[in-house]
Amino acid sequence: MSQSLYLQVVNLLSALLLLIAFAMLSQRRVVGLITLFAWQGLALALSTTIVAYSTGQHHLYYSAALTVGLKVIAMPWFFFRLIRQLDAHREVETLFNVPTTMLVGIVLVVFAFNLAQPISQMSGTVTRSILGIAMASVLLSFLMMITRTKAIPQVIGFLAMENGLFLAATSATYGMPLVVELGVALDVLVGVLILGIFFFHIRETFDSLDLKHMESLKER
Amino acid sequence: MNLSSPHPVNVAWGIALFLVAIAALSPFLRLRRRVLLRALMPAGALAALALAGAGFAGLTGETSALALPLGLPDLPFRLRLDALSGFFLVLLGGAAFGVGVFANGYMRNLDDTTLALYCLWYHLFLAGMALVLLANDAYAFMVAWEMMALSSYFLVTTNHVIPGVRRAGFLYLLIAHVGAVALLLCFGVLQGGHGAYTFDYMRGAELTPFWASVAFLLALFGFGAKAGLVPLHVWLPEAHPAAPSPVSAVMSGIMLKTAIYGLLRVSFDLLNMQLAWWGVLALGLGLVTALYGVVFAAVQSDMKRLLAWSSIENIGILVAGFGLTLIFHADGKGALAAIALTATLYHAINHAFFKGLLFVGTGAVLHATGQRNLGRLGGVMRSMPWVAWLTLVGVLAIAGLPPLNGFVSEWLLLQAFLMTPALSQSFVNMLIPVAAGTIALAGALAAYVMVKFYGVIFLGQHRDPKLAQAHDASGAERLGMLWLAAGCVALGLMPVQVIELLAPVTELLIGQSLPNAGSWLYLAPVNADRASYSPLVFLLVVTAVTLLAFVLVRRLYHGRVRHADPWDCGFPEQTPRMQDTAEGFGQPIRQIFVSFMRVERDTPDPFDRHPHYSGASLDKLWFGIYEPIARLAGWLSDQAGRLQHGRIHWYLIYSFVTLIFLLAFAR
Amino acid sequence: MTIGILIQIAQTLLAVLLAPLLMGWVNQCRAWLQGRSAPPILQPYRTLIKLFHKDAIVAHGATPLLRFAPYVFFGCMALAAGIVPMVANDLPFSPAADVIALVGVFALARVFMALAAMDIGTSFGTLGARREMLVAFLAEPALLMVVFTASFVANSTQLTTIVEALAHRAFAIYPSLAFAGVAFWMVAMAENARIPVDNPTTHLELTMIHEAMILEYSGRHLALIEWAVALKLFTYSALGLALFMPWGIAETGNFAAMPLAVLALLVKLAAGGFALATIETFLAKWRLFRVPEFLGTAFLLGVLAMLVHLLLEV
Repeated sequence: MSQSLYLQVVNLLSALLLLIAFAMLSQRRVVGLITLFAWQGLALALSTTIVAYSTGQHHLYYSAALTVGLKVIAMPWFFFRLIRQLDAHREVETLFNVPTTMLVGIVLVVFAFNLAQPISQMSGTVTRSILGIAMASVLLSFLMMITRTKAIPQVIGFLAMENGLFLAATSATYGMPLVVELGVALDVLVGVLILGIFFFHIRETFDSLDLKHMESLKER
Repeated sequence: MNLSSPHPVNVAWGIALFLVAIAALSPFLRLRRRVLLRALMPAGALAALALAGAGFAGLTGETSALALPLGLPDLPFRLRLDALSGFFLVLLGGAAFGVGVFANGYMRNLDDTTLALYCLWYHLFLAGMALVLLANDAYAFMVAWEMMALSSYFLVTTNHVIPGVRRAGFLYLLIAHVGAVALLLCFGVLQGGHGAYTFDYMRGAELTPFWASVAFLLALFGFGAKAGLVPLHVWLPEAHPAAPSPVSAVMSGIMLKTAIYGLLRVSFDLLNMQLAWWGVLALGLGLVTALYGVVFAAVQSDMKRLLAWSSIENIGILVAGFGLTLIFHADGKGALAAIALTATLYHAINHAFFKGLLFVGTGAVLHATGQRNLGRLGGVMRSMPWVAWLTLVGVLAIAGLPPLNGFVSEWLLLQAFLMTPALSQSFVNMLIPVAAGTIALAGALAAYVMVKFYGVIFLGQHRDPKLAQAHDASGAERLGMLWLAAGCVALGLMPVQVIELLAPVTELLIGQSLPNAGSWLYLAPVNADRASYSPLVFLLVVTAVTLLAFVLVRRLYHGRVRHADPWDCGFPEQTPRMQDTAEGFGQPIRQIFVSFMRVERDTPDPFDRHPHYSGASLDKLWFGIYEPIARLAGWLSDQAGRLQHGRIHWYLIYSFVTLIFLLAFAR
Repeated sequence: MTIGILIQIAQTLLAVLLAPLLMGWVNQCRAWLQGRSAPPILQPYRTLIKLFHKDAIVAHGATPLLRFAPYVFFGCMALAAGIVPMVANDLPFSPAADVIALVGVFALARVFMALAAMDIGTSFGTLGARREMLVAFLAEPALLMVVFTASFVANSTQLTTIVEALAHRAFAIYPSLAFAGVAFWMVAMAENARIPVDNPTTHLELTMIHEAMILEYSGRHLALIEWAVALKLFTYSALGLALFMPWGIAETGNFAAMPLAVLALLVKLAAGGFALATIETFLAKWRLFRVPEFLGTAFLLGVLAMLVHLLLEV
């Protein structure tokens, strides 16, 4: 395969990542959200592998493997178990006007693409045009966290944001140093575990995973 | 002056004078209706057609200019007829002829005084618009502009006994004058402090980018107020329903275009530079206006108000096209600018014809039924087939359906959007898909609006038993509508020829014209491989296939028809009240776009024996912008009112203090 | 040129004749997937013949518009089938109407049907017309965005040129087309009155969209409408194939490839029909006011496709 074809496949995969980010934005069910998150991780891992193969950056293989292990297998499995234990798998969120949210998403995409244009021109990698997509996915995940009220979707939004950052790192500089990536992965893992414990406590306290109950913690 | 082949500008000036003369004569013929109806009004319509002829000569021929020994000493009126003026004169004359012929039949039922006054103001209005297009200095322009504004104010308030009409007229006059002040300031900036107010001088003036931008913004505000650009649109949905239908047709179809003319004249002809951000601004405003207008059009239940909102939408599309032209032109993409400008001009003339047709069509319905409220119309097609079928042409055209004219301009505009990846500014480049999406959305919503408009008025059962006796349009009315409908069809079927005629205008404004790579039959803006369209072939094939299907079905099977009651899933008791109403048809749009509007609903109590439902979707901008301004003005005048006591001493003290003050400071 | 015209006519005829077959195939697949015994694959043809033989019943007070509209609908759909390259890329009619005009043809047909539905003034007819226009006003711009993306990629709005560029130029992957493909699928489901938006086999009046519009039709008029609906599905499928899977369509002047192209078309359509039936089996019809959400998403995906094209592929 030629170099440009690798690039095209990477482009396609990153576009899929963005597409999944939009799908997550409009997904109401928690179960669907977790599945989408797993797919997003898979797209990220695949694109990282291809970048690793085509550019000979071997440490990217490890980060791809890490992504598959953590984000495609471990975390979704953990979340599925969690929602079974919390009995939240039927949970449906009332979203604020999906088209409006999507419209805001489009605005963010335009913004991110324009923001990325000058930066990507400085970068020397072949995958630099993906930087805009990566930034857009970060912003979209942030938007998703803002529009959600339930705890689990918020955590998934946080993780999806991390996916976007990973993609940005891969595209702009062929990934962060491996030590950093390992550290980030460990952080994320520990973070999710702690949040999982928090979920139980939140539910025990409020009988619900709806974060708007946290308002009652406010001191007067 | 060579009399054998007079300059077009002289002819146009002569016709304008002739129109003024008609106007001046009409009050004296108040009691001689026959003369008014049989001589003066047809003469006015013919004069409009002649104006179109002069415009055509100006469009295809040389630019000609004229200085009149009128006006103030040393400040003569200067007139000029170039390709741009010529094109808009063709638009004016072509549409005004059809409306004039229609009005000849429509106005017969007016009483003597109203008819004479109508005849006076209508012809002054036409003359004013013609002079706006011809003016070659700021002085003549503003005089003509005011003539146009004032005469149209009196036309709007033709039925001045109704308080709502007076209110609408006042609002119109107010916004027209706020706009006129902005224009006055704009010309002040354009002349650059040298006191020379001729356009010839302004063309040569060298403005700094700052002052050029100020002039552009003032022009956008001033002409935007006339055109009905959001948020200056509030007068339109009030004034159009208040005016008699032929007046609405002329105001919406032609007068709004004079604002587009002014924008083009100032930005491309008078200003020495064009900046890209102006284009972005105009594009953004245009898109907002287009979407805003069409959404509100969908929720209206008064047929003329619906058309007024639809005019706002079309103005939005025109301004968006204008903005796109500016962007391309500032970016140095001449060919693309030519496509966008051609699309804008094309849409301007299209709108003059189809909106004129729709307004006179509603006029005929209003005349025959006395109803403007969609809730009391329905099934009019059965009693008024002529009006219904001719209006259908306008409906299909404004909905942007091939092979009629609305589609051609939409097609050209979308083509202009599609060629943008070549722009040098990536930010603008990224905005273009969003803009194209908005235009497409507005176009599709326009089809929704028009199905509602046509379906509720002309189709279905009579919502009022009196509608069965509605009489069809009279001969003159039919003739006027036929002319306008023929214009829609011709503009739709002959895009190549129309675009060739537009070439001098684009040449004048941006120094480049749209090359047609196709033949006389095929319209292909850049090259035939990229995009092409041939409405004539399209029409022929679709007609042939439809007829073939018809003949084959008849031949192979049969043509037997039985008549029966409507089926409607076996429900036996159909009443006209069970049809979808105008409110019902607009309900989905209201539900989707509820954040645009303030919905006021009055739902009946379940125990009410005579339930009454009313609902209105009101313009949020009115409450957000205009009411605070009105309140502020009211408060200020209240404060000023405190000075007034009715006691003469106080007034003397005011005068005395003023005198002292002036003596102290004006040394 | 004459050969071109012959190919043009042959392709249009092929579409017109095969369209009910595709409908029958989709119905059959769906019946299989839902564990029912399937109707014969030729059932749509039998229905059409039966309807053509029956007398047409027209309601009292109907205007000519009502009787005229089915012919216009059918004519528009046949015309649309003539524009979309299905077998050959050598269509002399194609320069007369590009892809924007194709969207316009669909709109023309729809407006006529909606007006005809309002003609008699029954409660269901007007309701159907309103809903159809509601679906359309979002689906049409979404479809435009999809075809714009394709025309950005191919630098042309001519369908023949787009197919030429996508199928016969050097192979390349266009991420923007992934977005456009999803959007196109959503639009096609809505425009053809398929399941998440409308149910083609519904008998419940209050949920109907398309069926409510044509309640007053019978006999040959109904037959024409049914045929045109089948043709619309066929044309949409062919359009989707031409934009996203154009491989197999014969190049201009390459007559030897034509039999293979017909075969490729049949295989692709069969696969597409099966996919459609599968999707319909797995989804439930949505509430009407979820539809704007669905189509709004399609529209925004289309816009996004263009943005992605500008970022990644310029």
